Amino acid sequence: MKTISLFLVLMAVWLLLSGHYTPLITGFGVVSCLLSALIAYRMDVIDHEGHPIYLGPRIIFYWGWLVGEIFKANIDVAKCVLFPKKFLRPSMFTVVASQKSDLGRVIYANSITLTPGTVTVDLDDDKVMVHAMTTGSADGVKGGDMDRRVTKVMRET
Amino acid sequence: MDLILDIATWVLLLAGSALLLITGLGLLRLPDLYTRIHAGGMADTLATFLIFVGLSLQSGFSLVSVKLLLVIVFIFFTSPTASYALAQASFVAGLKPKLDGFGDRDQTKEDA
Repeated sequence: MKTISLFLVLMAVWLLLSGHYTPLITGFGVVSCLLSALIAYRMDVIDHEGHPIYLGPRIIFYWGWLVGEIFKANIDVAKCVLFPKKFLRPSMFTVVASQKSDLGRVIYANSITLTPGTVTVDLDDDKVMVHAMTTGSADGVKGGDMDRRVTKVMRET
Repeated sequence: MDLILDIATWVLLLAGSALLLITGLGLLRLPDLYTRIHAGGMADTLATFLIFVGLSLQSGFSLVSVKLLLVIVFIFFTSPTASYALAQASFVAGLKPKLDGFGDRDQTKEDA
């Protein structure tokens, strides 16, 4: 089942990227996608981490929200660079990630890093050490809104 | 219609370039490595996003714009990994972040 969905994803990416639709070239594309999917199946690497198709549309909505957050955070950091005396308040603290799986924690930690103004420095089990640039960005992580959203995406409670 | 598209492209490209400029300024004037990583994060995220969206507006609705959007997706996947590797390496090496570099002391003591 996962092999078929991997093949479909590979095929979609191939069709989007190639732009050559003669029978010969498309045939090569189909064969190479099939071969890749078969090799991945034989190697047994198509698990829920390598091919997280089950996250489905929820992760798309999460990305939309994340892009909004990135917008706001970028403006914060830009203000901070232009007027460091007024806004710059670096701090370092530890928060607890509520996700159970490794993938969920990685998504959470990467989201923190992707939002400018906060960087994940250390990820140890469920403790995430975060360096934040302003009090606003620190409170954003401490508030736990992102943590809850990632947990919801992963369907873990 | 073309004019609106061009104006939108210009606005996006200029905003992205301004952010890149602020990033460069931040890399120079911020006090320590950790805060400079934050400044670098701006170039990785919103600046790239704005510039590539502006470029894909110019290319119209075609395979090229799909490729440009895929570039954004890949950068958004990989750049936090690079930032994390940098921050983690300097943390493990024992570099202490400056927590009271700027501003009045009372406020920073609360945070630290």
